[in-house]
Amino acid sequence: MSTYYAGLLADIGILVLGALSVYIILVTNQLSLGNAGFMAIGSYVASFLTAEQHWAVTPALIVAALTACVIGVIVGFPALRLKGIYLAIATLGFGEMVRSFFLVFTPMGGSGGYRGMPHVSLGYIWIWAAGILLLVTLLERSRLWLEMRAVHDDERAAGLVGINTTLTKVGAFGFGAAVAAIAGGLFAHHYIYIEPGNFDFQRSIDFVLAVILGGSTVGAGALVGAALLVLLPEWLRFLADWRLAAFGVMLILVLLTRPQGILDRPLLALLRLRRNRAA
Amino acid sequence: MTAMPPKAILRLDGVSKSFGGVRALRDVSIGVAQDRIVGVIGPNGAGKTTLFNVITGAHRPDAGDVTFANRPITRWPAYRIVRAGVARTFQNIRLFGSMTVWEHLIVSQRHGGSPLRKMLPGRFADREAWGRAEDALTFFGLEKYRTALARTLPYGIQRKVEMARALTAGPKLLLLDEPVAGMNRDEADDLRALLLRLSARGLSILLIEHDMAFVMNLCHELYVLDFGALIAAGPPSEIRTNPAVLDAYLGSETAC
Repeated sequence: MSTYYAGLLADIGILVLGALSVYIILVTNQLSLGNAGFMAIGSYVASFLTAEQHWAVTPALIVAALTACVIGVIVGFPALRLKGIYLAIATLGFGEMVRSFFLVFTPMGGSGGYRGMPHVSLGYIWIWAAGILLLVTLLERSRLWLEMRAVHDDERAAGLVGINTTLTKVGAFGFGAAVAAIAGGLFAHHYIYIEPGNFDFQRSIDFVLAVILGGSTVGAGALVGAALLVLLPEWLRFLADWRLAAFGVMLILVLLTRPQGILDRPLLALLRLRRNRAA
Repeated sequence: MTAMPPKAILRLDGVSKSFGGVRALRDVSIGVAQDRIVGVIGPNGAGKTTLFNVITGAHRPDAGDVTFANRPITRWPAYRIVRAGVARTFQNIRLFGSMTVWEHLIVSQRHGGSPLRKMLPGRFADREAWGRAEDALTFFGLEKYRTALARTLPYGIQRKVEMARALTAGPKLLLLDEPVAGMNRDEADDLRALLLRLSARGLSILLIEHDMAFVMNLCHELYVLDFGALIAAGPPSEIRTNPAVLDAYLGSETAC
């Protein structure tokens, strides 16, 4: 495989995880525009553990995920009081706060960036991406996920059928944050250099875009969205300077025709049916 | 007003609730005895739905106590009250937009297992839940709507789904907020038969209803609310002739 495509595939794998982190929180009807913040936390914690403490990458990623999970839960509590656009803005504030923190946090390089961690391969990134995508896909068939969807559809009615809505929403934040942190850890160990600018608002927006484009009601949508978001601008390269504008037009067209994103539950059910008939 | 039923499964003692300057409930005390069907009637804005919201933990009362099965539930969060055995339906049906009928009957069930078991796919997590959902489908005659998105179904069916969802939670007390609203006479008769069957199985029922004929023929006991205050209580035969009730409510609405 050419290094060109290997680079793109690595970007897709990391973006799949970032998109899943947004999706998991979105399942409980909470839109987070601050997941680059969780990604930064994962990135810096994992890098500290491998570069300074000489841990292996896998345990470093797990600890980074757990750290971000705790912070996600802490963020999840005030988030309970906010809805829709207000929650989106508050999480955006959180993301910027994290970025600004690492900008002035000189022990980890501050604005000068940080290096010294071991490199991980494309295959390693995809083991994580595929593993977590599989986990989410399995969880989508579980009772837990049904409760998360109930909170999404009607929070009050969910409480009144016996679902602990507080725990569900805060838990989703913790889970989403952990997945974002893994994306961050992989990013750091693939590019072996990080700086706060890697985790800016644009990154959070990319995560959300991948979910909205690929399908916001199924986990597999993150995969479709991430692939399109990385590959489309490349395929449109022949348009030279016009490619980003063309990309914008395509995005609008998709949303006009399929506001729920390219993949959704009925479409997946249809595909499954076709496969069963063919077999 | 009247003596509290001795073996009340649900008791409200002196419950008051205000919203801004509006006193939605004033010092209301009611009781629902085991296995009974009890009705709450009153003109629009009398505080009936507020009463349900206070019982189910959607609102906290400003004063007074709610006791269910001898446990004080006044300040419990909604989900704990449901788990203790109080399930409800809503005046304007509130089904989950993304869910099929079947999913409604699973999600409402009490989950005994550990949080980890909750994460297992489908039936592995709780075999009994699948059995109970199946029973509920049969009981309400909803088998053919199993995989339909609940919100896309006809109104009468949606009401059934909502009631089935409430019942799969395994309640001891069922609260129904205007269950026959929008139903024709036949559907209302079906519902009446259904509620009698449930009551015979030992379920206590508290219902809000505007349809006088329905309430009078079904309930063992009635409470009448007017401007948030209890103005009468007793069996339907007494309520029918109670002058205060006639004055406040029945008199003005007998036309309909």
